[in-house]
Amino acid sequence: MVRFLLSGDAPRSRILAVLLALVLVGLAFAPFIFPGVRALHTAATICIFILLVASYDLLLGYTGIVSFAHTMFFGLGAYGVALASVHMGRGWDALAVGTLAGALAATVLAWLIGLFSLRVRAIFFAMITLAVASAVAVLVSQLYQLTGGEDGLTYQIPRELTPAFRFGELFGVRLNGRLLNYYLVFFTCLALFLLLLRIVNSPFGRVLQAIRENDFRAEAIGYRVVVYRTAATCMSAAIAALAGSLYAIWLRYVGPDTTLSFEIMIDVLLMVVIGGMGTMYGAVIGATIFVLAQNYLQNLMGLAAEATAGLPLIPDLVDPNRWLMWLGVLFVLSVYFFPTGIVGRLRAGR
Amino acid sequence: MTQTLLETTDLTVRFGGHVAVDRVTCSFRAGELTAIVGPNGAGKTTYFNLISGQIGATAGRVTLKGQDITRLSVSRRCRLGLGRAFQLTNLFPELSVFENVRLVMQTRMGRGLNLLSTAESHADVSHAALAVLERVRLDRLRDQKVSELSHGNQRKLEVAMLIALEPDVYMFDEPTAGMSVDEAPVVLDLITELKQDRSRTILLVEHKMDVIRTLADRIIVLHNGALVADGPPAEVMASDVVQEAYMGKEIEDV
Ligand SMILES: Nc1ncnc2c1ncn2[C@@H]1O[C@H](COP(=O)(O)OP(=O)(O)O)[C@@H](O)[C@H]1O
Ligand SMILES: [Mg+2]
Repeated sequence: MVRFLLSGDAPRSRILAVLLALVLVGLAFAPFIFPGVRALHTAATICIFILLVASYDLLLGYTGIVSFAHTMFFGLGAYGVALASVHMGRGWDALAVGTLAGALAATVLAWLIGLFSLRVRAIFFAMITLAVASAVAVLVSQLYQLTGGEDGLTYQIPRELTPAFRFGELFGVRLNGRLLNYYLVFFTCLALFLLLLRIVNSPFGRVLQAIRENDFRAEAIGYRVVVYRTAATCMSAAIAALAGSLYAIWLRYVGPDTTLSFEIMIDVLLMVVIGGMGTMYGAVIGATIFVLAQNYLQNLMGLAAEATAGLPLIPDLVDPNRWLMWLGVLFVLSVYFFPTGIVGRLRAGR
Repeated sequence: MTQTLLETTDLTVRFGGHVAVDRVTCSFRAGELTAIVGPNGAGKTTYFNLISGQIGATAGRVTLKGQDITRLSVSRRCRLGLGRAFQLTNLFPELSVFENVRLVMQTRMGRGLNLLSTAESHADVSHAALAVLERVRLDRLRDQKVSELSHGNQRKLEVAMLIALEPDVYMFDEPTAGMSVDEAPVVLDLITELKQDRSRTILLVEHKMDVIRTLADRIIVLHNGALVADGPPAEVMASDVVQEAYMGKEIEDV
């Protein structure tokens, strides 16, 4: 059963298996293990970024395609839900329409980008995605009436998904719509992650890896490389859009800085590299560590600064305001010491 | 009456001012092994590239089983029955030996676009791939990463991938180049075995005259991109043009 769900792709490292199990259990029972609004928000963000990073890994790690448009697809899904909810009014139908429209728009756009640039050299594709993503970001901030510009959009989602909807208590935790919303995010992300894991272990996924290794030879043994690359781009875009829709449902807000921004694109790149490219599980580890660091490094440093208050220099170094610097240091170190990512490192050594 | 499988008509490619393949007209029949010889730089690999589509022709035509394939993509030509092994080893370096052959078997069986089943669940593909590895005696190395193989074994794998494809037209570009004396016979035996199937044709670029003598049914000679001789081995080897253009050099080399 587990083997079937994981598509035969075992973690192949005991430590990795334990880490993955910890993340899974932690996220599955997050509302009960880590009570509190902030903790639940962090857990939902981790789920969504695991999915987003995994869909990027399909492209970068498995197919060897560099794209800078991934957060654009993420944004398309998010804005789909937001626009539908704004215009159709609060409701499940708005969520469904917005999600589908976002995924469809992402797929079509990915297909168009692929059509024009995947036949040419890989660097050209990267440049086109950069150009299109920038254009879309500018468009979103310019079309103020439609998109809310830099302020973004807030909207209502079905009552059943909001804290106002209460239906009892379990283990001292209040059962409300926020909890339902979390489990919507969690189970959708889990299912789509397992789908991605299946895709990369399918005959199709194997061809993607062959293309990554040697596209010239893949073509020579009969695979239509352009078709496979385009299909991978479209799938990756569609799943990124679905992740975006979930994020929009979770946040009840979209704005350029939560979905479209180039900073998120860099974050996604870092997560995939830190976790380990071309492994899928790297997305789980990378996204979890990254989001936790983003959310809690400052607190941790605050504690460290207090604890070392009497000593010279150290409190100054671990001052919470320097958290971004330390995050950077962590990344540089991890990329330096684990060039194949954490998963690659765990699988190689024992 | 033997069937013509592959034909090139006035096939030409020009790189800038340099004509690398010059109006080559030649046909290849089923059940025949044609050796293609000529000095280095004569255009043998380029001729292969034109046939299998890695390079577009400046002029002329390539016809496969009666169909004009001159403008078709590389993968399309492959699916139509054109198989090619490369002179410079050209594999999937970070994948296992087995996976390299399995990928070929997968394309031949048309499973590539399968998204929702695991590759392992296609047991027939895996079995067929393993059978090919056994034939080339690489089965013991099946889990080895290709980049870690010896040169000789990489060459063998290159041949294995072509055998796995089971094309109508086999194109071998110096398959034993750089192989040790005890490795080369394995590959040559395989080619001999392939010859038994009279419904296919084999094109073999090869330098070693003794190999050509035992294997070839026919020799064509390329020189400066042009086809300068074509006929049975004994006849071609004795001809003046070959003595001058090719054999002279070959004898010096040995
Ligand atoms: N892509 C290319 N661009 C320019 N010149 C080429 C190219 N490919 C081959 N050539 C030239 O064509 C000639 C034939 O090369 P090649 O076919 O590799 O010879 P052979 O395989 O017979 O040794 C050589 O002079 C080579 O430099
Ligand atoms: Mg050559």
